[in-house]
Amino acid sequence: MSTTPDSTTENPPVDGSELIRFDNVTKRFGDNVVLDDLCFDVSSGKHVTLIGPSGSGKTTILRLLMTLVEPDSGTIKVNGDYLFHEERNGKLEPAGENHIREVRKNIGMVFQQFNLFPNMKVMRNITEAPVHVLGMAKDEAEARARELLELVGLTEHIDKYPTQLSGGQQQRVAIARALAMRPQVLLLDEVTSALDPELVAGVLDLLRDIAQTTDITMLCVTHEMNFARDISDDVLMFDAGKIIESGPPEKIFSEPEEERTQQFLNAIL
Amino acid sequence: MTFDWEVVDEFMPRFWDGVLVTLQALALGTLIAFALGLVWAMAQRAPQRWVRWPVTAVTEFIRNTPLLVQLFFLFYVVPQWGPSMSPLTTGIVGLGLHYSTYTAEVYRAGIEGVPVGQWEAAKALSLSRGRTWSSVILPQAIRRVVPALGNYVVAMLKDSPMIAVIGALDMLGEARQFSNETFTTEAITVVGVAFIVIAYPASLLIRVLERRLVNNT
Ligand SMILES: Nc1ncnc2c1ncn2[C@@H]1O[C@H](COP(=O)(O)OP(=O)(O)O)[C@@H](O)[C@H]1O
Ligand SMILES: [Mg+2]
Repeated sequence: MSTTPDSTTENPPVDGSELIRFDNVTKRFGDNVVLDDLCFDVSSGKHVTLIGPSGSGKTTILRLLMTLVEPDSGTIKVNGDYLFHEERNGKLEPAGENHIREVRKNIGMVFQQFNLFPNMKVMRNITEAPVHVLGMAKDEAEARARELLELVGLTEHIDKYPTQLSGGQQQRVAIARALAMRPQVLLLDEVTSALDPELVAGVLDLLRDIAQTTDITMLCVTHEMNFARDISDDVLMFDAGKIIESGPPEKIFSEPEEERTQQFLNAIL
Repeated sequence: MTFDWEVVDEFMPRFWDGVLVTLQALALGTLIAFALGLVWAMAQRAPQRWVRWPVTAVTEFIRNTPLLVQLFFLFYVVPQWGPSMSPLTTGIVGLGLHYSTYTAEVYRAGIEGVPVGQWEAAKALSLSRGRTWSSVILPQAIRRVVPALGNYVVAMLKDSPMIAVIGALDMLGEARQFSNETFTTEAITVVGVAFIVIAYPASLLIRVLERRLVNNT
């Protein structure tokens, strides 16, 4: 969260420039207002954690960025480009499929349920998109996949199918798969909550590692407050589709201003 | 009345003609039914409504009218303003078209059985729609429906004698004609046995295929 220098160039943003921007985004499902006139931005390289009670709209924010749902009103910008809109003759119009795909390529996502492709071995899970979306040569994509599998500690499982792996291993493959697209932003939606308790630490350690050693921007929904405290530059506290409080983790976790935040933290800690 | 092997002998040349027709109708009809059914099923998931609803309407219509009517229609009505085809070709197209509306339902069930998270993961990786279908959705969907598809091959075999009504003499058509001409019944028995001889290996083949596909995850 910051006021940012202009980033109107086409180059990848330098650290600190604005990478994601929500302006007056409203999302309803029927009568249910899930996001209410939401405004926030995330600077390049920052790690931002979204916390708040279940149903407060956190997942919906990530799904909007992934274009799995569309906003009812407002605009979202990624790396300076509108995600759902195109500017034509100075007017904002709904974007075409190709524009959306191009902008979305900046974003990678890891799901709670892993969602690996069960019909492909680990290797091809990771190389499929780099080869067919980025047009990377197969050798190059495989070399990169090996590097990533080393990073996530699964080199020896390269020729297995996802169902032959534990949940924790599958989630680490999913992280490698997302990173293989070299996204600028990584979205993480409660990525450890489907895991057996003994497997959680390994995945969180990996994410800590990625947060520290790369300059990737992270937008992370989690109930693991220690993890959030460790990696976050900023914490956004959601309630009923609004950000009711935000700030650095030391402040939010230790001396929140809002009573709702305090109640939420008491309930889960 | 006794079973006269000489009659069988005499029927043989025409029997083989009929077998050839039956096998062609079955093989090519299956090919059409499998391919076209997939097209219907995918079209019903198209983002554009103007693609979805005509496909739904046409397939519902074909599925709910008798194959016999469709064969007559293709053979007598279509040539008045469209292509005219030989009896066998018409029969193959008719069988394939009719059964494509059944296989479409089978594929549809298979596609719906693929978890929505697979679509979402494909989208998150920016895979194109074509790629999503060909490398993510269809491999998972088809694998689970191979047994159900195979059952329709056997069903099509059993319906294949209908093409005789437009003059494409399959083995039963040949047998009936032969029996009427010679006032004998042996040919019918021969054809009955022939149906089993074709259907049984076919179902074995389906089972082998099923085992290979399903266990290959
Ligand atoms: N596809 C959907 N259809 C209808 N309601 C939905 C859908 N997705 C989410 N919601 C509703 O939106 C609200 C916010 O959901 P979500 O963003 O998942 O919250 P969180 O991730 O904070 O728990 C909830 O009330 C949920 O029931
Ligand atoms: Mg959620």
